[in-house]
Amino acid sequence: MSLTKEKMLEAYATMKKIRLFEEKVAGLFAEGKLPGFVHLYAGEEAIATGVCAHLSERDYITSTHRGHGHCIAKGVDINSMMAEVYGKATGACKGKGGSMHIADVDKGMLGANGIVGAGGPLACGSGLMAKTLGTDQVTVCFFGDGAAEQGTMHEAMNLACCWILPVVFVCENNGYAESTPWGYHCAAKNIADRGVAYDMPGVTVDGTDFFAIYETAEEAIGRARRGEGPSLIECRGFRYYGHFEGDAMLYVTEEEKKRNRARDPIENFKKRATERGLLSEEQIAELDSKVAAIIEEAFKFAEKSAWPENKEVLTDVYVNYP
Amino acid sequence: MAARTITFREAINEAMRLEMRRDPTVILFGEDVAGGATLPHMEGENKEAWGGVLGVRTGLAPEFGRNRVLDTPISESAFIGAAVGAASTGLRPIAELMFIDFLGVCFDQIFNQGAKLRYMFGGKAQVPMVVRSMIGAGFRAAAQHSGCLYSIFTHIPGLKTVVPSTPYDAKGLLSAAIRDNDPVMFFEHKLLYDIEGEVPEDNYTIPLGEAEVKREGSDATIVTVGRMVHFSLEAAEKLANDGVNVEVVDLRSLSPMDGDTILDSVKKTHRLVVVDEDNPRCSLATDVIALVADQAFDYLDAPCKMITAPHTPVPFSPGLEDAYIPSVESIVSTVKSFTG
Ligand SMILES: Cc1ncc(C[n+]2csc(CCOP(=O)(O)OP(=O)(O)O)c2C)c(N)n1
Ligand SMILES: [Mg+2]
Repeated sequence: MSLTKEKMLEAYATMKKIRLFEEKVAGLFAEGKLPGFVHLYAGEEAIATGVCAHLSERDYITSTHRGHGHCIAKGVDINSMMAEVYGKATGACKGKGGSMHIADVDKGMLGANGIVGAGGPLACGSGLMAKTLGTDQVTVCFFGDGAAEQGTMHEAMNLACCWILPVVFVCENNGYAESTPWGYHCAAKNIADRGVAYDMPGVTVDGTDFFAIYETAEEAIGRARRGEGPSLIECRGFRYYGHFEGDAMLYVTEEEKKRNRARDPIENFKKRATERGLLSEEQIAELDSKVAAIIEEAFKFAEKSAWPENKEVLTDVYVNYP
Repeated sequence: MAARTITFREAINEAMRLEMRRDPTVILFGEDVAGGATLPHMEGENKEAWGGVLGVRTGLAPEFGRNRVLDTPISESAFIGAAVGAASTGLRPIAELMFIDFLGVCFDQIFNQGAKLRYMFGGKAQVPMVVRSMIGAGFRAAAQHSGCLYSIFTHIPGLKTVVPSTPYDAKGLLSAAIRDNDPVMFFEHKLLYDIEGEVPEDNYTIPLGEAEVKREGSDATIVTVGRMVHFSLEAAEKLANDGVNVEVVDLRSLSPMDGDTILDSVKKTHRLVVVDEDNPRCSLATDVIALVADQAFDYLDAPCKMITAPHTPVPFSPGLEDAYIPSVESIVSTVKSFTG
C-alpha cells in the first residue's frame, strides 16, 4: 500500500470536510436557508475519499444526486460548492445547477447528477477520450445500489468492457434506494457479482473502512491506468441522513441506526490510525479545527455572495448565442 | 353527491382508491409508491414507508396490499414497458414515472411501444394504461426535475395527455384516464398538490378532450393549462379591475384537444393569448395558435400572443427560476398591450 503519513492526514481532512460540510448543509436546510432538494453523503465519506486518493486533477469522476462528498474528495472548491447549494452567483455553476448538479470540469468532476444511472455512460465517454488520445487518465463512476438496477448502468459496464476502457465502477451500496431496501430492488446477492457478467473483476468491500477501500481502489485504478480495462467495486455502508432532507426515515429501524453509528467511518479511521501510532491525537485535533474553520468560511462566503442576475436565465444554453 | 374541500393531492389519491375498489385489474406501481418493500417492520399490516415522494399514494398499500401496489427497482424502461405489456394483456396499470424529466430513461417503451401497438397491430390490441408523473418548475428542483414536457407527448400519435388544474378536475380526469382504453399520460404539477377545492365524495369522471371555461369574458381569450390556469385567473381578476374582461379556457386535456371551445371563445373575443409553462418551440402554445390562425384568422383583431417559459432548461437559483416561469404581471401586460 502506498499510504504515507501525509496521505493519511489528507484523507482524514477530506473525510472530516465532507462530514462537516454535510452537517452544515443539514442545519442550513432545517433553518429554511437552502432551496430545493439536498441529499447528504454523511456516513459514506470513506468511499469517495479512499477512491479519489488515487486520482489526480486530470482524472475524471462521474457522480450522483448525492454528490457533495465526491466533489470534496475530487478537490472542488468548497466555497464555490456552498455558494452553489445556496444558488449564488459565485457558485461552482453560477447558481444555475444547485446541489444536484455541482460540477467542475477543470477539476475532473463531471457533475452530480439528477438522473439515477446517468453517470455510467458519461464515464464511458471520458474513458473513450483517454483511450483515443492515448493519455493515462482514468474515470471513476460512482453510482448507488439503486442505480445498479438502471439499464444505463448495465449498458455502460458492458460497453466499457467491450472497448476495454480505463473506467472503474464504484457502487455505493448504502442499503436503500430512497425507501426501498436493496434486498428488494436487487435480484442478486451481491452487486459486485455483476462483474462476472461483463468479464471484469468485481469485489465487495466494507464501505466504512477507508483502508480497505483505499487498497481495493488502488488495484482497480492501477489496472485501468495500465490499459487492462474496467473493474467493479461494491462498497457496503449506509447513509446517516434521510434520502433527502425532510425524509423521516421510517424504513430504518432504531437498531439499524445504532448499528450504523457504531461503524462510523471517521471514528473507525481515527481509532486505527492512532492505535497503530500512524497519527497522533494532536494532529487529528489540529485538523479538526482547521477543517471546521474551512467550512465556516465557506458558509460566510456563500452568505455574503450575490444572487445571479436575471439575464443569466438565458445564457449558457448554446455556445455561440445569445 | 356530498362534496367537501380536499387537496389536489387527496383528489388524486381518491381517484386511484375508488378505481382500484371498482376494478380489480387496476394496479399501481412505481418507485417507492408504498416504500419499504420486504422490510419486516413494514410488512404484515401492509404498512408503507413513503407513499411516494410527495405523499400522493398514502394509504393505498395498506388498503390494497402489496400485490396491487408495487414498489419497483429504479428501472423505468422495465416497469413502464411492463405497464404496456400488462395493459395489452388484461390489466389496467397505473405506472408512476416520478418526475416527467425521467422520460429520457424510458421513452422507447412509451412512444415506440405503448403509443404505437394498436396502430401497428391493425387495431387488434389496446393499451389501457396511465402514466402519472410530476411536472413543473417552482420547486427549486433544478433542470432535471422541473420540466413540463407535455408538449413532447402531445406530439405523439396514440398517446392521450391530461394536465389537470384543480382538485375536482384531477379526480374526474384521473378516473376517466384509468377507465380509458388508450395510454394516457397524466401530468401533476407539483406546486398544485396543496391547493384545495370542492370535490364530491363519490366516483365521477370528466371526459378526456373537454376544455372548461374557467372564467367568462369578452375582451380576450386566454388558453392555458395546469398551474398557469391559476396565474391566468389571477391576471384576469386584475384586468377586470381595469375594465378588461378576459375569458380563461382551461384545456385540461391536450390530446385530444377541445378545438371547438378554443375557436368559439376566440370568435367571441377576437383576441388570443396562450399561457404555457412549457418551453416555447413546437409546443402547446404554438399548436393552439396554429389552430386559430388556420380556422379563425378572420375573427382576429390582434396578433396571437404566447406567454411561455424561455427556450432554456430550468435554472436552480430561486430568483432565476422565478424569472423563468411566466408571471401574472406578464399576462396582465400582454393582454393590456392589445386591449388598450
Ligand atoms: C431516472 C431516475 N429515476 C428515479 C429518480 C428518483 N431518485 C432519485 S435518487 C433515487 C434513489 C437512488 O438510490 P441509490 O442509487 O441507491 O442512491 P442513494 O440515494 O442511496 O445514494 C431515486 C429513485 C431519479 N432521480 N432518476
Ligand atoms: Mg442507495
